[in-house]
Amino acid sequence: MANHEVKSPIPGTFYRKPAPDQPPYKEVGDQVVKGDTLGLVEVMKTFHEVRADADGTLAAFPIEDAEPVMAGQTIAELD
Amino acid sequence: MPINVISAGIATTIQDLGRPGYYHLGIPMGGAMDRLALRAANLLVGNDEGAAGLESVFVGPELEITEDAMVAVCGAELPPKVDGEPRETWTAFQVRAGQVLSFDFLQSGARAYIAISGGINTPPMLGSRSTYAIGALGGVNGRAVQPGDTLPLGNGADARKEGLSVPQKLRRGPGNAAELRVLPGLYWHRITEAAQQNFFADTWKVANEADRMGYRFQGGRTLEFVEREQPFSAGADPSNITDACYPYGSVQVPSGTEPIVLHRDAVSGGGYFMLGTVISADMDLIGQLQPHTPTQFVRVDMDSALTARHDRTATMNAIREALS
Repeated sequence: MANHEVKSPIPGTFYRKPAPDQPPYKEVGDQVVKGDTLGLVEVMKTFHEVRADADGTLAAFPIEDAEPVMAGQTIAELD
Repeated sequence: MPINVISAGIATTIQDLGRPGYYHLGIPMGGAMDRLALRAANLLVGNDEGAAGLESVFVGPELEITEDAMVAVCGAELPPKVDGEPRETWTAFQVRAGQVLSFDFLQSGARAYIAISGGINTPPMLGSRSTYAIGALGGVNGRAVQPGDTLPLGNGADARKEGLSVPQKLRRGPGNAAELRVLPGLYWHRITEAAQQNFFADTWKVANEADRMGYRFQGGRTLEFVEREQPFSAGADPSNITDACYPYGSVQVPSGTEPIVLHRDAVSGGGYFMLGTVISADMDLIGQLQPHTPTQFVRVDMDSALTARHDRTATMNAIREALS
């Protein structure tokens, strides 16, 4: 059970990378500090960063890269 | 009696019922995408139905209210909070001077309408306070609301009781799947019979390119066109026509791949064929669709379109009666 779930504030398409040819922002096992960018959500022709709202270790991404995301859906779990 | 904007979400604009009368000059009517929700929110706080409020997409703003006011939030289920305490949507609530109005995560729908007693009192342009950012008209100096803005409020709202609420059965929101009724139009003959059937048979999904100008849909089969020699001045693609006027709600399908339904900030004309028009009764609903919402287009005739419009008017009248 994760200690903390980071949720997307907006619906759209979730991306783990800043651009298709770049590595993901974070991998499972990485240390995360509050304010770190964990992914992007694309909606209405713009990209919005989703940032960690707590410190921790990245335990899981319950959503795949380039998958649809709903507002309030968990995009990362922190331990 | 201003409102101080602390944060503005991703797109919060001032909207009223728009500026009809200039579309022939290329200036769209604009105004709330979900007109029923804005009207209901205004009625709840004692404003004229057409007073200016805020339209927030997906994410609510954070607003410091500097004098006692009545507030209502209708449309999307974007739960309001006053100093962190939850309040109901579709219901009038009191905010005291100095308190902060903020919002929880969006639960359903796409656009919340925030009415504040007195209404937002920015200067009207061409008869409306609605924000048309592309034309730099209305809003705050022609743009969306930004953190640090101070929004003036008018006065003259009727007194309303806290807790006044739109009855459940009169609230309108989207389901998990949407149905949009379409009346085939002037260019319906441009696609093949098979394409005409596929368009209504397929399930489409709202694309990420969905805003006040238009809503794009994806996922259905590509529409095949009836072969012809392109007429004078039409582009080479079979979806091109000699330039024509674009009605609000018209469905253009560039290259036959992704239908786009033009909305309140529509462009007024161009060179894409339109297979038909989403009926006026379903335009509010489009404004509440999130990306990826499965959507079915349903063919109707003029009689059913007019009946639907009549039903929609009856719903609005019932809301007026319930809140009077």
